[in-house]
Amino acid sequence: MTREAFDRELKALNERILRLGNVVEEDILKAAMALKERDLRTSREMIAADEWVNNQRIEIMMASFTLIATQQPAGPDMRALAATIEIAGELERIHDYVKGLGKISLKLAEIPLPAALADLIPQMAAIAGVMLQQALDAFAANDATLARAIPVQDNDVDELYRQISYELTTTVTQDSGAYENANLIQWAVHNLERSADRVINICEWVVYKAVGKYVEMDSEYEAPATAVTP
Amino acid sequence: MTINHNGSAAGLAVEAKNMNVYYGSFRAVKDISLKIERNSITALIGPSGCGKSTVLRSFNRMNDLVPSARVEGEILFQGNNIYAENVDPVEVRRRIGMVFQKPNPFPKSIYENVAWGARINGFKGNMDELVEQSLHHAALWDEVKDKLDQSGLSLSGGQQQRLCIARTIAVKPEIILMDEPASALDPIATLRIEDLIRELKKEYTILIVTHNMQQAARASDYTAFFNMDSDRAGYLVEFSETDEIFTNPKHELTEQYITGRFG
Repeated sequence: MTREAFDRELKALNERILRLGNVVEEDILKAAMALKERDLRTSREMIAADEWVNNQRIEIMMASFTLIATQQPAGPDMRALAATIEIAGELERIHDYVKGLGKISLKLAEIPLPAALADLIPQMAAIAGVMLQQALDAFAANDATLARAIPVQDNDVDELYRQISYELTTTVTQDSGAYENANLIQWAVHNLERSADRVINICEWVVYKAVGKYVEMDSEYEAPATAVTP
Repeated sequence: MTINHNGSAAGLAVEAKNMNVYYGSFRAVKDISLKIERNSITALIGPSGCGKSTVLRSFNRMNDLVPSARVEGEILFQGNNIYAENVDPVEVRRRIGMVFQKPNPFPKSIYENVAWGARINGFKGNMDELVEQSLHHAALWDEVKDKLDQSGLSLSGGQQQRLCIARTIAVKPEIILMDEPASALDPIATLRIEDLIRELKKEYTILIVTHNMQQAARASDYTAFFNMDSDRAGYLVEFSETDEIFTNPKHELTEQYITGRFG
């Protein structure tokens, strides 16, 4: 007994998640760089790209629902579909943050970022992007051990967030006129910080898909020393 | 054995211990150990030839009716081995009833179908009450209350199967064994039987053999997955809560079976 047609559909869904994830990962960094460099054209592109991401998410969900309704998935198949639906949702939300970065960039218009922060924002985006890339690798390889090793990197994102928030507070203290822009930048880094948190949610679903256990993780999460097998 | 009809008290309803069943020299199932909780529904699933029906039939000595059959090991029912020498198999089958694949009402009235078992068991109480109560429990009363004198054979397949269930529960068993009780029924009648099984577990312990994996997933609390070994003997691969079996099976063979990638 084999399920070739079903297996093909599952594989296609996997590939769609990876494709969507790659776009989202690239856009995080693009949006942050555009914010740094006042590249309004790219910022507009990031806003426009959100519609495609939303549509992808809905199509992936609907295709998953159809498989659930018609194929009676059980065990690892059911877990794969549950993870697919959830991860598509997380990716869509991360891209909402990307879109937010684009909007903030347009609002800040020609005003340059404070020099002290200019590099820290893309740095945050780069770490979140790497975390996402690793989460997608773990998803593709069905590798719970890899997924469990990713959340700890969120500490670096949080540290940058604190650093930038501190700088912004200092800026506003010295120049109350900078308040509005500082507030926008605070939102931008909040978006990046949340993006990394959502990557951790993706990791939780990768673990569930691989070993059938849902484990809540955060930056404090300590991956087990030994590989966890189903 | 003393009659002790158990309600919802926790504990074991029946337990197979190191059971082997032979047909002549052929070992059909081997080393089955299985604990069945009271007021639970346990589905026995597995590919054809895995021995699940043989296991089911061992729970009420139905295999005794096959001349070459021999059971080794123990089936403990309230602490007593039902295969012990002093045990009357007829009494075992009254307390551990069975519903078969194909509805098999007698060519008698609906009323007589239900009353029959109680009557031959020497029931002395109010027969009308017993018939009504049994038909209620089998979720058939409303459909037949105005035609109790009509033949059981005049009913639809799904109704006939519920009539057989009413007949089974009329003798007040503690455990009901069901051998693919819905496989001859259409999907709607099947779902009615599944709903009924859920209702029945309040008062009875139910073991059900099914080829329909989705039925096991829908209708049972526990699932036992059997497979046929290289010596062609059936064995128990995995026994767990149904939720667990269908979301996170521990054994690779179970996983292959429930995902439809077996063999």
